[in-house]
Amino acid sequence: MGKEKLVVVGNGMAPGRALEKLFELAPDAYDVTIFNAEPRVNYDRIMLSPVLSGEKTFEEIVIHGDGWYVKHDVTLYKGHKVVEIDRNARTVTSAEGVTAAYDKLIIATGSMPIVIPVPGHDLAGVLTYRDLDDVHAMLLAAKRGGRAVVIGGGLLGLEAAAGLREQGMDVTVLHLMPTLMERQLDPAAGHLLQKAVEARGIRVITRANTKAIAGSDIRLGPARVTAVELEDGTTLAADIVVMAVGIRPNAGLAKAAGLEVKRGVVVDETMRTCDPAIFALGECAEAEGQVFGLVAPLYEMANVVAAQLAGENGAEFRGSATATKLKVTGINLFSAGDFADAKDREEIVLRDAARNVYKRLVLKDDKLIGAVLFGDTGDGAWFFDHIRRGTDIAALRETLIFGPAFAGGANADPTAAVAALPDDAEICGCNGVCKGRITGAIETLGLKTLDDVRAHTKASASCGSCTGLVELLLKSKHGDAYNPAAVQPMCPCTDHGHDDVRRYIVAKGVKSIPALMQALEWKTSSGCAKCRPALNYYLLATWPGEYVDDNQSRYINERVHANIQKDGTFSVVPRMWGGMTSASELRAIADVVDKFKIPSVKVTGGQRIDMLGVRKQDLPAVWADLNKAGMVSGAAYAKGLRTVKTCVGTDWCRFGTQDSTGLGIKIEKFMWGSWTPAKVKMAVSGCPRNCAEATCKDVGVICVESGYDIHFAGAAGLDIKGTEVLGHVSTEAETIEVIAALVQLYREQGRYLERIYKWAKRVGIDTIRAQVLDDVERRRVLYDRFVHSQKFTQIDPWAERAAGKDAHEFRPLADLARAEAAE
Amino acid sequence: MTMMDTAWIDIGELDDIPREGARIVRTAAGCLAVFRTADDAIFAIDDKCPHKGGPLSEGIVHGHSVTCPLHNWVISLDTGKAQGADVGATRSHRIKVEAGRILLDAEALLPADDA
Repeated sequence: MGKEKLVVVGNGMAPGRALEKLFELAPDAYDVTIFNAEPRVNYDRIMLSPVLSGEKTFEEIVIHGDGWYVKHDVTLYKGHKVVEIDRNARTVTSAEGVTAAYDKLIIATGSMPIVIPVPGHDLAGVLTYRDLDDVHAMLLAAKRGGRAVVIGGGLLGLEAAAGLREQGMDVTVLHLMPTLMERQLDPAAGHLLQKAVEARGIRVITRANTKAIAGSDIRLGPARVTAVELEDGTTLAADIVVMAVGIRPNAGLAKAAGLEVKRGVVVDETMRTCDPAIFALGECAEAEGQVFGLVAPLYEMANVVAAQLAGENGAEFRGSATATKLKVTGINLFSAGDFADAKDREEIVLRDAARNVYKRLVLKDDKLIGAVLFGDTGDGAWFFDHIRRGTDIAALRETLIFGPAFAGGANADPTAAVAALPDDAEICGCNGVCKGRITGAIETLGLKTLDDVRAHTKASASCGSCTGLVELLLKSKHGDAYNPAAVQPMCPCTDHGHDDVRRYIVAKGVKSIPALMQALEWKTSSGCAKCRPALNYYLLATWPGEYVDDNQSRYINERVHANIQKDGTFSVVPRMWGGMTSASELRAIADVVDKFKIPSVKVTGGQRIDMLGVRKQDLPAVWADLNKAGMVSGAAYAKGLRTVKTCVGTDWCRFGTQDSTGLGIKIEKFMWGSWTPAKVKMAVSGCPRNCAEATCKDVGVICVESGYDIHFAGAAGLDIKGTEVLGHVSTEAETIEVIAALVQLYREQGRYLERIYKWAKRVGIDTIRAQVLDDVERRRVLYDRFVHSQKFTQIDPWAERAAGKDAHEFRPLADLARAEAAE
Repeated sequence: MTMMDTAWIDIGELDDIPREGARIVRTAAGCLAVFRTADDAIFAIDDKCPHKGGPLSEGIVHGHSVTCPLHNWVISLDTGKAQGADVGATRSHRIKVEAGRILLDAEALLPADDA
């Protein structure tokens, strides 16, 4: 007998969870086919807000990568919208014409954002906030800057507003009701929330009834949104409008197939529709007259569907109390249960204006039925647990609002509060993981980190709002050994991290490695091969002209200005400015190769020539000959400026828009000799065809007719990464100033051996852009510091050594090769 | 071959080697690396990492150890043994400083097999 065919329409979080559970319960029961209208894999929709604000990337919120579908032998049609369900034939058909037969069908078509049908709602620039495409559209709009109006002051609207603000837009939130998030918050908390939102530079207008959205003059091209008009006559200029006023179950497909549809697709407690072969799940489903939009009940539905498909007939869905957390970094807000005022209810309120804390508990018949927490949400899980359980809280009542730390006279230690939770208390609402499962996994599997717990239990793996609780559980098991906030020490010689050390150097004016090790209580007498080069660089970068470079703390390549090879010989790479060379340079290189019998000559990826296999004692003489032909060290060994690759630009190329070769040479001549945390490779391309491959460099310039696009933070080594756009400038001088400021900022902030792309990821593209491009004064200060430091570094190290410096490096202490042993 | 008294060969001045640095001594049996540590102690070992033969004389010297420039093995100058998880040893030789002169045990000139 063949496997049954299971077809899933939709690939959101709920069906993803259902399949995961199903593969756990009955791994080989079904052949699974998924149709996804979105052209991608299953991702964590709750985490779109951090993607919008730039705190996460799409890759970080993927739940099931392509590999998951392969592993479970699932056929996934990406970008296929199902247009028809034929219940008699038991088939579904996509708009692309694929028809699949099913024995069991899951409809998980989710919901659609509600668009208020005001005039102008269909203008370009009017967006909704629902999927990754919306986020991309918003990010694109935010890049141009300008004004955003968000219609809707609920959870999604506020997260969208915070994200857009984070991206640098001027943001106004319009909310129809008198207070924000009125479905989850009481007016007092809504008011505090409004103040917190406004404190982030977001304007909030409540009781705002949108009348129309105005567009640009159609004669000037496709009409785009220009303003939002309110009923009271107010007009707000807007470059984009985001509608986040709610969602509507997407039940059209089910309705067309003749299934019972009210607000959503009606299902019974087993999640079946009126056709027993068809389940409905997620935001499109209506159970017990309710539709659901939060992840916890949707995951509960998913578990029921999976169990039913696996033959567990007892599994039933009962819509339960839900808790909400706002995912805006820096605003702590929690609400759970039912907190509307009513005659038979009592409330306990705690206000601490100084700390901006507000807590409100709603009680009925000695049971906790609702909780709103603002400012301090640490006890949210504990309150929520009492709500779900319906605990009799009569005995706790006096101190209930102070949370578990106070209950039962326990001390105010948050670890103790979490330890006080019963084993079946739910910690992760998204994934339905209770405390016992987490502590059990920590115990039996020996889990030590948050990532371990996420991998094994899924707790804190969705919205992440229970991360703090999970960390407390780890802490209560491992004690102080678990300290996630601790900085990564530079190396085993110290407990200090790179940033601490740099701050200390600047703050205390420390100017030598021994003094620094003394002051910071280094654990070894003279460091190690990891920390010494780092400290040397930090001191050098901080005190140009003052700090004396410590040769013995340099890696061999930088100590002798050549690259060590596996057999102990060295390679020598002279600079070829911008990749340009000449007959006389090439002749000198050929002569050197002959004279010193250099075994290999190779063209490098950075447009220069590498002579490999030079004996160490020959290095000074090789350099002397190269110097005579006008060549200097190419620093191919340095944590410093390496090459500036160029194309031939307007000199020769019929497509060239600017003198890319000339600019590349100017940049290289200006910046050579500078030491940086890790190597810096640059390129200048004369047109967007980008023959110099500038978009995978640490810094790249793409010339265009109107000037220069400056790129940075690319990588083409261990990691492959296209560059980020820093911005556009119109002159060569400005290009050089911005690049120098960028490199100087990197020199001051980068951790030793941290390439530009990693530094940029750590500190944020926008913070960098703000300092080296937007803030002209700051840019100038950085530029000046770079210029100052260059005064001390543009001395050819080869010429120095050819003239006799560090001669001991290149000669043996003694030559006893001909001496006889035991004469 | 055994010797009753150690024969010492004068190979140079202590100050010919920078602190936390090394110089090589060529012998018929291969190169030796002579190290001077921050506390002016002096060591001689074969200039050959037990891992892949890397030139230890080019490594960064720290405490009484050197880190090989090729793959970062850390070799103890006191014993010639690899530190940490790595296993292996390089030959070490007797060496001393008298009146500012560095004196090497002549046995260091013998090939590894005869020593």
